Amino acid sequence: MSDILDLSLAGARDAMANGQLTSLELTDAYIVAAERARDLNIYITETFDRAREGAKASDARRAKGKVGLVEGQPLAIKDLFCTEGVLTTAASHILDGFTPTYESTVTANLWRNGAVMLGKTNMDEFAMGSSNMTSYYGGVRNPWKTGNRDLVPGGSSGGSASAVSGYAAIAATGTDTGGSIRQPASFCGIVGIKPTYGRCSRWGTVAFASSLDQAGPMTRTVRDAAIMLRAMAGHDPKDATSDERAIPDFEAALTGDIRGMKIGIPREYQLDGLPEEISKLWAQGRQWLTDAGAECVDVSLPHTKYALPTYYIVAPAEASSNLARYDGVRFGLRVEGDSLDEMYAKTRAAGFGDEVQRRVLIGAYVLSAGYYDAYYIKAQKVRALIARDFDEVFGKVDAILTPTAPNAAFGMGEQMDDPIKMFLNDVFTVPASLAGIPGMSVPAGLSAEGLPLGLQILGKSFDEETVLRVGGVLEQAAGFTAKPSWLEG
Amino acid sequence: MSLDREAVSKIAHLARIEVPESRLDGLAGELDNIINWVEQLAEVNTDNVEPMTRVGDRKMPMRDDVVTDGEKQADVTANAPVSQDGFYLVPKVVE
Repeated sequence: MSDILDLSLAGARDAMANGQLTSLELTDAYIVAAERARDLNIYITETFDRAREGAKASDARRAKGKVGLVEGQPLAIKDLFCTEGVLTTAASHILDGFTPTYESTVTANLWRNGAVMLGKTNMDEFAMGSSNMTSYYGGVRNPWKTGNRDLVPGGSSGGSASAVSGYAAIAATGTDTGGSIRQPASFCGIVGIKPTYGRCSRWGTVAFASSLDQAGPMTRTVRDAAIMLRAMAGHDPKDATSDERAIPDFEAALTGDIRGMKIGIPREYQLDGLPEEISKLWAQGRQWLTDAGAECVDVSLPHTKYALPTYYIVAPAEASSNLARYDGVRFGLRVEGDSLDEMYAKTRAAGFGDEVQRRVLIGAYVLSAGYYDAYYIKAQKVRALIARDFDEVFGKVDAILTPTAPNAAFGMGEQMDDPIKMFLNDVFTVPASLAGIPGMSVPAGLSAEGLPLGLQILGKSFDEETVLRVGGVLEQAAGFTAKPSWLEG
Repeated sequence: MSLDREAVSKIAHLARIEVPESRLDGLAGELDNIINWVEQLAEVNTDNVEPMTRVGDRKMPMRDDVVTDGEKQADVTANAPVSQDGFYLVPKVVE
């Protein structure tokens, strides 16, 4: 691996600022690395020519003294963000050939801040999944392996996670509806933060469940996540749920000082049957934070066990509504039929994969006459209780520490026979999504099999700074330097 | 309540997804499992709880009711599988 690839995004920023490195050199190094990583199936669309042009333009801007927050940084973009003139698929057959005539706000913010696009990353179809196996373009391989067993990178932002972990991009964008940034970050040994709902504009991002969807960065370090988040976030009048608050300098929050902070340890997250290595890592995290001068206190989030079933009503309901737009008329795939209705039904049957069909059907069911109150309204009420649990706990603590996922990465093709078992991957990430609060996964250790495991830090709404600060301390204490086995092979 | 093939057929029609006859029983089993699992929410006491219909305490922003965008007919139909003269084409709906 070349020395250039060893640089973090912050390190590359400093090297470019000092004139020791150009964006073109950095971008070329990542293009070579991405080409070498092709068998991981990370990118649905590669835009290497565009990346080289972008890098040259960035170097020219820098020569004139114009330097954005992520100037010259070669990024991987999840294929859920619409990119003007570049195929955008959401990893679905139904978006065949869709080439947006507009740019998502998040990616536009990144380009305005100088970033360069390497390509669009693979993902679970419409971000529905926790393994990346539901992609129309095939599963992504995790750069981490056990022996010869190929593992999933997690999902839905699996391509982005593998890209960052496997050095096929310096950083990436992801989106998180129920854990789709944090769980793959944990599986791939990288950092991923889902900011507060409303921090990043949803405009131009293919919608899954609009009251839950949030974009966020996936990076190799906490500092890189802070830099990326600042470049992605910001108020956008085109998204009515986008927040007006000014975006802080998140990097400045990384003081390393958490003395006197109170960290909640929610007892309900100690699930029956939680693998001992996960419990031990969690206890270790608690010890690290205590050693750094924080006080860890036992807290209760009593409705935790209802978060997953609540999510699996709310998210499919919103998805069934959002995905109604895929009708064979306006974009993507069309399968002809004798009537308009038949054309719709044939197009959607051919265009949506099994998991997407299941969720659209569940959503249609829980919203249908006679079931709406019993399922959808009931779930919205329980969601209110879950959010209230967090409000009460955050009256007493500054942040919450939990495991990110109940297991390490599993084999490709495993867990596919039982949808509910797959849902359990998100048991620790879904509650924060329902409440809209920020959460970050930081690589904290290795499983007995030598696979990365993450710890999750949750914070108050719009207090990503505390999440990042605590995450920085965890990162420092964990000293996670292990590299994926794929890089050696 | 259990989801049988008849119910699945009805939902599939509502969702405009063609489901082959041979798939109805299998799908009914899969969906019924999920519905049975989410039904555990019934045990939560939600008396006097308002449904959560928005995240956070933001008020919906308002703007003047004026045209802010437009003149993009070519962009709008650029991705249509079939279009003609700036219109989408669909199978005949009026006899």
